[in-house]
Amino acid sequence: MTKAARKILFLISALLLACVFWLGYSQMPPAGFVPSTYGDRVNQIVVPQRHITDAVTAVNFDIRGFDTLGEEFILFTSVMGVVLLMRWRKEPIRGDHEDKAEDRRVPPPSDAVRVASVLLVPATVLFGVYMVTHGQLTPGGGFQGGVILATAPLLLYLAGTFGQFHQVAPLRMVAFAEAAGAATYIFIGGACLALGGSFLQNLLPLGQIGSLTSGGIVPLIDLGVGLEVCGGIVLALLAFLEELVEEKEE
Amino acid sequence: MNFLPYLVSAWLFLIGLYGVVTSRNLVHLCICVGVIQSSSYVLLLAIGYRIGRPAPIFIDIKPGTPAVDPVVQALMLTDIVVEVTVMALLLALAVQIHKRNGTLDPNQLHAIKG
Amino acid sequence: MTPLQIFILLFVAAGGTGVVLTRDPASQAIVVSFYGFLLSILFFVFQAPDVALSQIVVGAVALPLMILLALARVKKQQREYDKGR
Repeated sequence: MTKAARKILFLISALLLACVFWLGYSQMPPAGFVPSTYGDRVNQIVVPQRHITDAVTAVNFDIRGFDTLGEEFILFTSVMGVVLLMRWRKEPIRGDHEDKAEDRRVPPPSDAVRVASVLLVPATVLFGVYMVTHGQLTPGGGFQGGVILATAPLLLYLAGTFGQFHQVAPLRMVAFAEAAGAATYIFIGGACLALGGSFLQNLLPLGQIGSLTSGGIVPLIDLGVGLEVCGGIVLALLAFLEELVEEKEE
Repeated sequence: MNFLPYLVSAWLFLIGLYGVVTSRNLVHLCICVGVIQSSSYVLLLAIGYRIGRPAPIFIDIKPGTPAVDPVVQALMLTDIVVEVTVMALLLALAVQIHKRNGTLDPNQLHAIKG
Repeated sequence: MTPLQIFILLFVAAGGTGVVLTRDPASQAIVVSFYGFLLSILFFVFQAPDVALSQIVVGAVALPLMILLALARVKKQQREYDKGR
Protein backbone atom coordinates (compact mmCIF):
# COMPACT_ATOMS: atom_id res chain seq x y z
CA MET A 1 0.00 0.00 0.00
CA THR A 2 1.50 3.36 -0.92
CA LYS A 3 2.04 6.06 1.63
CA ALA A 4 -0.62 8.35 0.22
CA ALA A 5 -3.21 5.57 0.24
CA ARG A 6 -2.31 4.74 3.82
CA LYS A 7 -2.70 8.37 4.87
CA ILE A 8 -6.12 8.69 3.20
CA LEU A 9 -7.31 5.48 4.84
CA PHE A 10 -6.09 6.77 8.18
CA LEU A 11 -7.88 10.12 7.71
CA ILE A 12 -11.18 8.40 7.00
CA SER A 13 -10.83 6.17 10.06
CA ALA A 14 -9.76 9.12 12.21
CA LEU A 15 -12.88 11.01 11.15
CA LEU A 16 -15.08 8.07 12.13
CA LEU A 17 -13.25 7.77 15.44
CA ALA A 18 -13.69 11.50 16.06
CA CYS A 19 -17.44 11.10 15.50
CA VAL A 20 -17.51 8.25 18.02
CA PHE A 21 -15.63 10.41 20.54
CA TRP A 22 -18.05 13.28 19.96
CA LEU A 23 -21.07 11.07 20.53
CA GLY A 24 -19.53 9.68 23.70
CA TYR A 25 -18.32 12.92 25.21
CA SER A 26 -21.52 14.83 24.53
CA GLN A 27 -23.38 12.47 26.85
CA MET A 28 -21.00 13.01 29.74
CA PRO A 29 -21.39 15.74 32.36
CA PRO A 30 -18.96 18.65 31.89
CA ALA A 31 -15.50 18.31 33.41
CA GLY A 32 -15.48 19.50 36.99
CA PHE A 33 -19.06 18.48 37.73
CA VAL A 34 -18.86 14.71 37.44
CA PRO A 35 -20.54 13.31 40.56
CA SER A 36 -18.47 10.81 42.51
CA THR A 37 -20.07 9.44 45.66
CA TYR A 38 -17.39 6.79 46.20
CA GLY A 39 -14.63 9.42 46.22
CA ASP A 40 -16.50 11.62 48.68
CA ARG A 41 -17.09 8.69 51.01
CA VAL A 42 -13.40 7.71 50.87
CA ASN A 43 -12.36 11.29 51.70
CA GLN A 44 -14.63 11.28 54.74
CA ILE A 45 -13.38 8.02 56.25
CA VAL A 46 -9.69 8.14 55.37
CA VAL A 47 -8.47 10.16 58.35
CA PRO A 48 -10.80 8.94 61.14
CA GLN A 49 -10.77 5.26 60.20
CA ARG A 50 -7.25 4.68 58.85
CA HIS A 51 -5.23 7.57 60.36
CA ILE A 52 -3.68 8.30 56.96
CA THR A 53 -3.64 11.87 55.66
CA ASP A 54 -2.76 11.14 52.03
CA ALA A 55 -5.99 9.82 50.57
CA VAL A 56 -4.43 8.64 47.30
CA THR A 57 -1.86 6.48 49.11
CA ALA A 58 -4.62 5.14 51.35
CA VAL A 59 -6.68 4.14 48.33
CA ASN A 60 -3.64 2.63 46.64
CA PHE A 61 -2.25 0.54 49.48
CA ASP A 62 -5.01 0.13 52.00
CA ILE A 63 -8.54 0.42 50.63
CA ARG A 64 -7.73 -1.04 47.20
CA GLY A 65 -4.43 -2.68 48.02
CA PHE A 66 -5.09 -5.80 45.99
CA ASP A 67 -5.10 -3.83 42.73
CA THR A 68 -1.72 -2.33 43.59
CA LEU A 69 -0.39 -5.83 44.15
CA GLY A 70 -1.28 -6.59 40.54
CA GLU A 71 0.31 -3.32 39.41
CA GLU A 72 3.60 -4.09 41.15
CA PHE A 73 3.69 -7.47 39.51
CA ILE A 74 3.06 -5.88 36.14
CA LEU A 75 6.27 -3.90 36.71
CA PHE A 76 8.09 -6.99 37.93
CA THR A 77 7.04 -9.04 34.91
CA SER A 78 7.93 -6.30 32.46
CA VAL A 79 11.44 -5.95 33.91
CA MET A 80 11.75 -9.72 33.63
CA GLY A 81 10.67 -9.48 30.00
CA VAL A 82 13.18 -6.72 29.22
CA VAL A 83 15.99 -8.72 30.84
CA LEU A 84 15.05 -11.83 28.85
CA LEU A 85 14.83 -9.91 25.59
CA MET A 86 18.12 -8.06 25.98
CA ARG A 87 20.04 -10.99 27.31
CA TRP A 88 19.84 -13.16 24.26
CA ARG A 89 23.17 -13.21 22.49
CA LYS A 90 25.13 -15.85 20.69
CA GLU A 91 28.42 -15.76 22.51
CA PRO A 92 28.97 -15.07 26.18
CA ILE A 93 30.99 -12.08 27.27
CA ARG A 94 34.49 -13.02 28.29
CA GLY A 95 36.86 -11.09 30.44
CA ASP A 96 36.21 -7.76 32.01
CA HIS A 97 32.86 -5.97 32.01
CA GLU A 98 32.48 -3.92 28.85
CA ASP A 99 30.27 -0.99 28.31
CA LYS A 100 28.12 -1.66 25.24
CA ALA A 101 26.40 1.70 25.22
CA GLU A 102 29.68 3.50 24.88
CA ASP A 103 28.51 6.03 22.33
CA ARG A 104 28.09 8.70 24.97
CA ARG A 105 29.88 11.89 24.02
CA VAL A 106 32.11 12.09 27.11
CA PRO A 107 34.46 9.10 27.33
CA PRO A 108 36.35 10.42 30.37
CA PRO A 109 33.69 12.45 32.14
CA SER A 110 34.48 16.11 32.64
CA ASP A 111 35.12 17.53 36.05
CA ALA A 112 31.89 19.47 36.05
CA VAL A 113 29.86 16.28 35.65
CA ARG A 114 31.77 14.56 38.42
CA VAL A 115 31.40 17.44 40.87
CA ALA A 116 27.70 17.76 40.07
CA SER A 117 27.13 14.09 40.63
CA VAL A 118 29.07 14.04 43.89
CA LEU A 119 26.80 16.81 45.13
CA LEU A 120 23.61 15.35 43.72
CA VAL A 121 23.90 11.68 44.69
CA PRO A 122 23.47 12.08 48.46
CA ALA A 123 20.68 14.60 47.98
CA THR A 124 18.90 12.23 45.59
CA VAL A 125 19.19 9.26 47.93
CA LEU A 126 17.98 11.32 50.88
CA PHE A 127 15.04 12.69 48.92
CA GLY A 128 14.13 9.23 47.67
CA VAL A 129 14.15 7.78 51.17
CA TYR A 130 12.07 10.73 52.42
CA MET A 131 9.54 10.21 49.65
CA VAL A 132 9.24 6.46 50.38
CA THR A 133 8.86 6.77 54.13
CA HIS A 134 6.44 9.72 54.09
CA GLY A 135 4.06 8.11 51.63
CA GLN A 136 1.13 8.06 53.98
CA LEU A 137 1.52 11.67 55.13
CA THR A 138 2.32 13.81 52.09
CA PRO A 139 2.16 13.26 48.32
CA GLY A 140 4.63 10.56 47.45
CA GLY A 141 4.78 6.88 48.17
CA GLY A 142 6.60 3.76 47.23
CA PHE A 143 6.59 4.09 43.47
CA GLN A 144 7.71 7.72 43.23
CA GLY A 145 10.41 7.31 45.86
CA GLY A 146 11.62 4.09 44.28
CA VAL A 147 12.19 5.71 40.91
CA ILE A 148 13.99 8.65 42.54
CA LEU A 149 16.24 6.19 44.39
CA ALA A 150 16.99 4.43 41.11
CA THR A 151 18.40 7.60 39.59
CA ALA A 152 21.27 7.69 42.08
CA PRO A 153 23.21 4.76 40.49
CA LEU A 154 22.42 6.31 37.13
CA LEU A 155 24.22 9.50 38.19
CA LEU A 156 27.19 7.33 39.17
CA TYR A 157 27.13 5.70 35.74
CA LEU A 158 27.12 9.08 34.03
CA ALA A 159 29.97 10.47 36.07
CA GLY A 160 32.21 7.46 36.46
CA THR A 161 33.39 4.42 34.65
CA PHE A 162 31.23 1.43 34.10
CA GLY A 163 33.29 -0.64 36.54
CA GLN A 164 32.42 1.77 39.34
CA PHE A 165 28.74 1.60 38.49
CA HIS A 166 28.93 -2.15 38.56
CA GLN A 167 30.58 -2.07 41.97
CA VAL A 168 27.73 -0.01 43.40
CA ALA A 169 24.95 -2.01 41.77
CA PRO A 170 26.07 -5.60 41.10
CA LEU A 171 23.59 -7.75 39.29
CA ARG A 172 22.96 -10.27 42.07
CA MET A 173 22.21 -7.62 44.68
CA VAL A 174 19.89 -5.65 42.43
CA ALA A 175 17.95 -8.74 41.38
CA PHE A 176 17.68 -9.87 44.98
CA ALA A 177 16.48 -6.42 46.09
CA GLU A 178 13.78 -6.38 43.45
CA ALA A 179 12.54 -9.86 44.30
CA ALA A 180 12.66 -9.10 48.03
CA GLY A 181 10.52 -6.01 47.56
CA ALA A 182 7.93 -7.88 45.57
CA ALA A 183 7.90 -10.73 48.08
CA THR A 184 7.42 -8.29 50.97
CA TYR A 185 4.05 -7.24 49.60
CA ILE A 186 2.79 -10.82 49.40
CA PHE A 187 4.35 -11.69 52.73
CA ILE A 188 2.51 -8.86 54.48
CA GLY A 189 -0.75 -9.96 52.93
CA GLY A 190 -0.11 -13.54 53.92
CA ALA A 191 0.79 -12.50 57.46
CA CYS A 192 -2.54 -10.67 57.74
CA LEU A 193 -4.24 -13.84 56.50
CA ALA A 194 -2.38 -15.96 59.03
CA LEU A 195 -3.30 -13.62 61.88
CA GLY A 196 -6.97 -14.23 61.28
CA GLY A 197 -7.99 -11.38 59.02
CA SER A 198 -8.43 -11.25 55.28
CA PHE A 199 -5.61 -10.82 52.76
CA LEU A 200 -4.05 -7.34 53.11
CA GLN A 201 -6.44 -6.29 55.84
CA ASN A 202 -5.03 -3.50 57.98
CA LEU A 203 -4.34 -5.39 61.23
CA LEU A 204 -1.41 -3.48 62.71
CA PRO A 205 -2.08 -0.70 65.26
CA LEU A 206 -3.00 2.43 63.40
CA GLY A 207 -0.81 4.88 65.28
CA GLN A 208 -1.17 8.63 65.67
CA ILE A 209 -2.36 10.80 62.78
CA GLY A 210 0.60 12.56 61.23
CA SER A 211 3.40 10.38 62.58
CA LEU A 212 5.66 8.17 60.49
CA THR A 213 4.18 4.97 61.89
CA SER A 214 0.56 5.82 61.17
CA GLY A 215 -1.57 3.76 58.88
CA GLY A 216 -0.87 0.21 60.02
CA ILE A 217 0.62 -1.84 57.22
CA VAL A 218 0.92 1.05 54.74
CA PRO A 219 4.50 2.16 55.71
CA LEU A 220 5.72 -1.44 55.43
CA ILE A 221 4.14 -1.89 52.02
CA ASP A 222 5.63 1.46 50.96
CA LEU A 223 9.12 0.21 51.85
CA GLY A 224 8.60 -3.02 49.96
CA VAL A 225 7.27 -1.27 46.88
CA GLY A 226 10.07 1.32 46.94
CA LEU A 227 12.68 -1.44 47.09
CA GLU A 228 11.06 -3.34 44.26
CA VAL A 229 10.68 -0.36 41.95
CA CYS A 230 14.24 0.82 42.59
CA GLY A 231 15.64 -2.63 41.92
CA GLY A 232 13.46 -3.07 38.85
CA ILE A 233 14.51 0.16 37.19
CA VAL A 234 18.24 -0.38 37.90
CA LEU A 235 17.88 -3.91 36.54
CA ALA A 236 16.26 -2.62 33.35
CA LEU A 237 19.11 -0.09 33.10
CA LEU A 238 21.67 -2.88 33.42
CA ALA A 239 19.81 -4.92 30.80
CA PHE A 240 19.90 -2.08 28.31
CA LEU A 241 23.62 -1.74 28.97
CA GLU A 242 23.98 -5.45 28.19
CA GLU A 243 25.79 -6.17 31.37
CA LEU A 244 24.17 -9.37 32.52
CA VAL A 245 27.28 -11.47 32.86
CA GLU A 246 26.49 -14.80 34.36
CA GLU A 247 29.00 -15.78 37.00
CA LYS A 248 29.81 -19.12 35.42
CA GLU A 249 30.52 -17.72 31.98
CA GLU A 250 33.67 -15.87 32.99
CA MET B 1 -15.20 25.49 27.89
CA ASN B 2 -15.85 22.75 30.42
CA PHE B 3 -15.53 20.17 27.65
CA LEU B 4 -11.98 21.25 26.77
CA PRO B 5 -10.26 18.37 28.66
CA TYR B 6 -12.31 15.85 26.69
CA LEU B 7 -11.38 17.56 23.43
CA VAL B 8 -7.68 17.61 24.37
CA SER B 9 -7.85 13.91 25.25
CA ALA B 10 -9.45 13.02 21.91
CA TRP B 11 -6.94 15.20 20.06
CA LEU B 12 -3.96 13.54 21.77
CA PHE B 13 -5.37 10.11 20.90
CA LEU B 14 -5.82 10.98 17.24
CA ILE B 15 -2.47 12.71 16.83
CA GLY B 16 -0.69 9.79 18.51
CA LEU B 17 -2.45 7.39 16.17
CA TYR B 18 -1.37 9.52 13.21
CA GLY B 19 2.21 9.28 14.45
CA VAL B 20 1.99 5.49 14.71
CA VAL B 21 0.54 5.12 11.21
CA THR B 22 3.00 7.41 9.43
CA SER B 23 6.14 6.53 11.36
CA ARG B 24 9.46 5.81 9.65
CA ASN B 25 11.39 4.77 12.75
CA LEU B 26 10.47 2.15 15.32
CA VAL B 27 11.65 4.20 18.30
CA HIS B 28 9.52 7.15 17.10
CA LEU B 29 6.60 4.72 16.92
CA CYS B 30 7.09 3.65 20.53
CA ILE B 31 7.05 7.25 21.70
CA CYS B 32 3.82 7.92 19.81
CA VAL B 33 2.27 5.01 21.70
CA GLY B 34 3.27 6.91 24.83
CA VAL B 35 1.37 9.97 23.56
CA ILE B 36 -1.73 7.81 23.07
CA GLN B 37 -1.40 6.65 26.67
CA SER B 38 -1.17 10.23 27.91
CA SER B 39 -4.59 10.92 26.40
CA SER B 40 -6.09 8.55 28.97
CA TYR B 41 -4.41 10.52 31.78
CA VAL B 42 -6.10 13.74 30.68
CA LEU B 43 -9.47 12.00 30.48
CA LEU B 44 -9.17 10.45 33.95
CA LEU B 45 -7.98 13.77 35.37
CA ALA B 46 -11.04 15.53 33.98
CA ILE B 47 -13.37 12.88 35.39
CA GLY B 48 -11.92 13.15 38.88
CA TYR B 49 -11.73 16.93 39.13
CA ARG B 50 -14.32 18.93 41.06
CA ILE B 51 -14.29 22.69 40.56
CA GLY B 52 -13.15 24.74 43.54
CA ARG B 53 -12.01 21.85 45.74
CA PRO B 54 -8.44 21.27 46.96
CA ALA B 55 -6.23 18.20 46.62
CA PRO B 56 -7.11 15.11 48.77
CA ILE B 57 -4.16 15.54 51.15
CA PHE B 58 -5.45 16.21 54.65
CA ILE B 59 -2.22 17.10 56.38
CA ASP B 60 -2.77 20.83 56.17
CA ILE B 61 -6.49 21.15 55.53
CA LYS B 62 -9.08 20.08 58.03
CA PRO B 63 -10.00 16.39 57.59
CA GLY B 64 -13.50 16.15 56.24
CA THR B 65 -13.44 19.14 53.89
CA PRO B 66 -14.71 18.21 50.44
CA ALA B 67 -11.81 17.39 48.15
CA VAL B 68 -11.09 16.09 44.69
CA ASP B 69 -11.78 12.41 43.99
CA PRO B 70 -8.80 10.27 45.18
CA VAL B 71 -9.93 6.97 43.63
CA VAL B 72 -9.52 8.26 40.09
CA GLN B 73 -6.06 9.56 40.99
CA ALA B 74 -5.10 6.10 42.22
CA LEU B 75 -6.23 4.78 38.83
CA MET B 76 -3.97 7.33 37.16
CA LEU B 77 -0.99 6.12 39.21
CA THR B 78 -1.57 2.59 37.95
CA ASP B 79 -1.85 4.00 34.44
CA ILE B 80 1.55 5.67 34.71
CA VAL B 81 3.17 2.44 35.94
CA VAL B 82 1.63 0.64 32.97
CA GLU B 83 3.15 3.27 30.67
CA VAL B 84 6.67 2.57 31.99
CA THR B 85 6.04 -1.14 31.57
CA VAL B 86 4.81 -0.94 28.00
CA MET B 87 7.51 1.49 26.87
CA ALA B 88 10.32 -0.62 28.34
CA LEU B 89 9.11 -3.75 26.59
CA LEU B 90 8.45 -1.97 23.28
CA LEU B 91 11.91 -0.40 23.25
CA ALA B 92 13.54 -3.74 24.05
CA LEU B 93 11.62 -5.32 21.17
CA ALA B 94 12.67 -2.50 18.83
CA VAL B 95 16.34 -3.03 19.73
CA GLN B 96 16.02 -6.77 19.06
CA ILE B 97 14.29 -6.17 15.72
CA HIS B 98 17.14 -3.91 14.71
CA LYS B 99 19.62 -6.60 15.71
CA ARG B 100 18.03 -9.13 13.33
CA ASN B 101 17.32 -6.86 10.40
CA GLY B 102 19.81 -4.01 10.59
CA THR B 103 17.16 -1.34 10.09
CA LEU B 104 14.65 0.52 12.22
CA ASP B 105 12.38 1.48 9.32
CA PRO B 106 9.07 -0.42 9.55
CA ASN B 107 8.57 -0.14 5.81
CA GLN B 108 11.75 -2.04 5.08
CA LEU B 109 11.32 -4.91 7.49
CA HIS B 110 10.84 -8.21 5.76
CA ALA B 111 7.77 -10.25 6.35
CA ILE B 112 7.84 -12.71 9.23
CA LYS B 113 9.50 -15.87 8.01
CA GLY B 114 8.06 -19.15 9.17
CA MET C 1 -12.29 26.65 34.77
CA THR C 2 -9.56 29.12 35.52
CA PRO C 3 -7.57 30.66 32.64
CA LEU C 4 -4.43 28.88 33.88
CA GLN C 5 -6.11 25.49 33.44
CA ILE C 6 -7.33 26.35 29.96
CA PHE C 7 -3.89 27.62 28.96
CA ILE C 8 -2.08 24.56 30.24
CA LEU C 9 -4.54 22.22 28.49
CA LEU C 10 -3.89 23.92 25.17
CA PHE C 11 -0.17 23.77 25.85
CA VAL C 12 -0.40 20.04 26.48
CA ALA C 13 -2.23 19.52 23.18
CA ALA C 14 0.46 21.50 21.36
CA GLY C 15 3.17 19.54 23.19
CA GLY C 16 1.69 16.22 22.13
CA THR C 17 1.59 17.42 18.53
CA GLY C 18 5.22 18.49 18.83
CA VAL C 19 6.26 15.07 20.13
CA VAL C 20 4.64 13.31 17.19
CA LEU C 21 5.93 15.70 14.54
CA THR C 22 9.57 15.42 15.69
CA ARG C 23 10.86 12.65 13.48
CA ASP C 24 14.40 12.13 14.79
CA PRO C 25 14.30 9.91 17.89
CA ALA C 26 17.27 11.53 19.61
CA SER C 27 15.68 14.99 19.63
CA GLN C 28 12.34 13.38 20.33
CA ALA C 29 13.72 12.15 23.65
CA ILE C 30 14.26 15.74 24.77
CA VAL C 31 10.81 16.79 23.54
CA VAL C 32 9.26 13.85 25.42
CA SER C 33 11.02 14.97 28.58
CA PHE C 34 9.56 18.45 28.20
CA TYR C 35 6.12 16.99 27.42
CA GLY C 36 6.27 14.90 30.57
CA PHE C 37 7.06 18.01 32.55
CA LEU C 38 4.10 19.82 30.93
CA LEU C 39 1.81 16.94 31.86
CA SER C 40 3.00 17.06 35.45
CA ILE C 41 2.22 20.80 35.60
CA LEU C 42 -1.24 19.95 34.25
CA PHE C 43 -1.78 17.38 36.99
CA PHE C 44 -0.57 19.85 39.58
CA VAL C 45 -2.94 22.58 38.39
CA PHE C 46 -5.84 20.09 38.50
CA GLN C 47 -5.14 19.28 42.17
CA ALA C 48 -3.43 15.90 41.75
CA PRO C 49 0.03 16.22 43.39
CA ASP C 50 0.69 12.49 43.84
CA VAL C 51 0.14 11.81 40.17
CA ALA C 52 2.23 14.87 39.24
CA LEU C 53 5.20 13.48 41.20
CA SER C 54 4.81 10.13 39.50
CA GLN C 55 4.65 11.73 36.07
CA ILE C 56 7.78 13.80 36.72
CA VAL C 57 9.89 10.84 37.71
CA VAL C 58 8.58 8.65 34.91
CA GLY C 59 8.03 10.99 32.01
CA ALA C 60 10.95 13.34 32.50
CA VAL C 61 13.58 10.94 33.87
CA ALA C 62 12.93 7.26 33.28
CA LEU C 63 11.37 7.43 29.81
CA PRO C 64 14.00 9.62 28.04
CA LEU C 65 16.66 7.51 29.74
CA MET C 66 15.29 4.31 28.23
CA ILE C 67 14.90 5.95 24.82
CA LEU C 68 18.48 7.24 24.76
CA LEU C 69 19.88 3.91 25.94
CA ALA C 70 17.94 2.08 23.23
CA LEU C 71 19.29 4.51 20.65
CA ALA C 72 22.87 4.03 21.86
CA ARG C 73 22.45 0.25 21.61
CA VAL C 74 21.03 0.60 18.11
CA LYS C 75 23.94 2.76 16.99
CA LYS C 76 26.45 0.23 18.27
CA GLN C 77 24.58 -2.64 16.65
CA GLN C 78 24.41 -0.70 13.38
CA ARG C 79 28.19 -0.48 13.29
CA GLU C 80 28.55 -4.18 13.96
CA TYR C 81 25.90 -4.99 11.35
CA ASP C 82 27.67 -2.88 8.72
CA LYS C 83 31.01 -4.46 9.54
CA GLY C 84 29.62 -7.94 9.32
CA ARG C 85 27.92 -7.49 5.94
